[in-house]
Amino acid sequence: MKLLKGDYYDNMGIGDIRTKVLDGERLSFEDGVRLFDCPEPLAVGALAHQVRTRMHGDKAFYVINQHVNYTNVCVNGCVFCAYQREEGQEGGFVLSVDDAIAKIDSAALTPREVHIVGGCHPKLRLSYFEELMSAVKTKLPNVVLKCFTAVEIAHFAKLEETTSKDVLTRLNKAGLDMLPGGGAEIFEPKVREQICPRKSTAEEWLTIHEEAHSLGMKTNATMLFGHIESREDRIDHLIRLRESQNRGGGYTCFIPLPFLTENSQLDIEKPLTGLEELRTIAISRLMLDNIPHIKAYWVMLGVKQAQAALKFGADDFDGTVVEEKIGHEAGATSEQGMTRVELEEMIKGCGCTPVERDGFFNEV
Amino acid sequence: MTLEAIYSKVLNGERIDFKEALTLYNEADFHDLGHLAHQVRLAKHPDPIVTYVVDRNINYSNVCVCCCKFCAFYCEPDQEGGYVLTYEEIGEKIQETLDVGGTQILMQGGHHPDLPLTWYEEMLRYIKANYEVHIHAFSPPEVVFWSEMEGIPVTEVIERLHKAGLDSIPGGGAEILVDEVRSEVAPNKCPAGQWLGVMEEAHQQGLRTTATMMFGHKETVEQRLEHLFAVRESQDRTGGYTAFIPWTFQPDHTELPDCRKLTSTEYLRMLAVSRIVLDNVDNVQVSWVTMGPKIAQLALYFGGNDFGSTMLEENVVKAAGVAFRLSREEINRLVEDAGFIPKRRSMNYTILEDR
Repeated sequence: MKLLKGDYYDNMGIGDIRTKVLDGERLSFEDGVRLFDCPEPLAVGALAHQVRTRMHGDKAFYVINQHVNYTNVCVNGCVFCAYQREEGQEGGFVLSVDDAIAKIDSAALTPREVHIVGGCHPKLRLSYFEELMSAVKTKLPNVVLKCFTAVEIAHFAKLEETTSKDVLTRLNKAGLDMLPGGGAEIFEPKVREQICPRKSTAEEWLTIHEEAHSLGMKTNATMLFGHIESREDRIDHLIRLRESQNRGGGYTCFIPLPFLTENSQLDIEKPLTGLEELRTIAISRLMLDNIPHIKAYWVMLGVKQAQAALKFGADDFDGTVVEEKIGHEAGATSEQGMTRVELEEMIKGCGCTPVERDGFFNEV
Repeated sequence: MTLEAIYSKVLNGERIDFKEALTLYNEADFHDLGHLAHQVRLAKHPDPIVTYVVDRNINYSNVCVCCCKFCAFYCEPDQEGGYVLTYEEIGEKIQETLDVGGTQILMQGGHHPDLPLTWYEEMLRYIKANYEVHIHAFSPPEVVFWSEMEGIPVTEVIERLHKAGLDSIPGGGAEILVDEVRSEVAPNKCPAGQWLGVMEEAHQQGLRTTATMMFGHKETVEQRLEHLFAVRESQDRTGGYTAFIPWTFQPDHTELPDCRKLTSTEYLRMLAVSRIVLDNVDNVQVSWVTMGPKIAQLALYFGGNDFGSTMLEENVVKAAGVAFRLSREEINRLVEDAGFIPKRRSMNYTILEDR
């Protein structure tokens, strides 16, 4: 028995959107705007929860994973980043392949997914990354290697004076399975110009993901929100992703990332509040009708908010993580890692069934 | 009774019983439960106003003989780190509070074995003689402790404190008002009946109080509901409770470190059920101190109508590993962003004009 029925959504002014959602009809840009304007965030959350439940029941996924950040040296200098160092600057580091393997070795649980990303280092050559891929695969033959954002791939291509497709092909051969979703930020060009002028454009980002899809690789996609972008820019971002997915179909999971203001150079007049985060996550679920999973990334959301996000359209709780640097340097106050027991108990505490997955979201 | 029948009962403003409350907690859909609690809130407070008080917690002493297992704040009498603030130190903290527009102080401390009741009376008189501030202080376990220490009845303790300047009593030390749970987590604190007895006596003497519930340690869901019904019955007898404040136990640095931290969704369900069950308590506070500002905002759609206080200083929850800080401006912004109008209030929930 549901208390929230058609008349409730009618009163909230989104009755017709609910009908579309229940009929499996695609939502328009205007629908997205109206969902942001809906007076009660709970209405948007409840609708997204219905979609999430239709797709995944009460399952909430998690993965035994590990993050490795190979360098913080980066030529891009995005204004929102608290992690980046210039080459030669104090605090800059580069992991050797052996260092990276040692980090993976030291994890309490053998990871099923290894997430490796780093800055766009001016000197690290593709051979280093190929070596890194095959070293991890030698160590852990069954692991899903989810590494390098599209921005890094574009950077490698530039350094090697070759195409991004060639870079992807070579890394894929060396063991790369999947691209993470980072570097998407906000696709809208004017915003992108202001926050990350030296980074790949939206078109480049989307092209690289579609190239990866054409090679049979899966990828994720992110959106960094709550800085200088408008709500319309967020909807635009979601629609561009939805269209890209129509072309290739290789996106597995969408990860909405709230912008953390603490340690960034960007001065945000009105930082995000919790309900706007939840509403954005819910609208992502509703707009992205062709991407299977929405992540409640606890590192950036905070654990309690990530739990609530499982009721606002998200179905994935990410994983053990072990050592996260980028979000924490930006001011994230969450733990560095979680245990399997903690993850499972948390998911159960939210009334969901914990399901362990691999990097591709296959249940294990 | 079916969920549907319980929903109609609540929406018709009828009182629900224990079994119905349990069904709601266990079976209602998350969003439905929030919506139902929000309807109850809107029936009581039709205006989209969310109140808060500008105050400061002052913990005059951390020396305590209770040794509650859930507490990370106390020091035993001979232990290093124990302190007692002087009246002057307390006065300075009050002045700082008044300087930023504060109207109230919340004072609580340990059960100090060597401080006589006169120390507290003099403290109250000192404050009232020097500052214009509402004193919201102590808790039933402290009152019972002094009554035993001084060998005088609870009635007299309250009378003396009231006369010395006490304005109202916060609802602390309620934990879970079920003796089976209390004897496990707070064996040296007064039993549930005495807790309620102190509050009802205070109400008889014209003092208003709040009531809290600390959940997520050794109690069952049924025992949380027993707590709610005990408060509801007590309120039926006196009508003296202004607000109910449920919050979750924070296990870090306590003697109950193995307790699973409750999830935000469990907190929100319990908050919603509290709003629905306590049909005779006007206000329900959200707990940003334990849940953080993000969940506190969402809690405004799960039955909460009050954002608590600015807590310019908070020591007890911080000792258990959680330290959120919010300024008045931030509270205003959080409340506005959630779609409500923030208003400053006094302890008895009178709305104060902005200044």
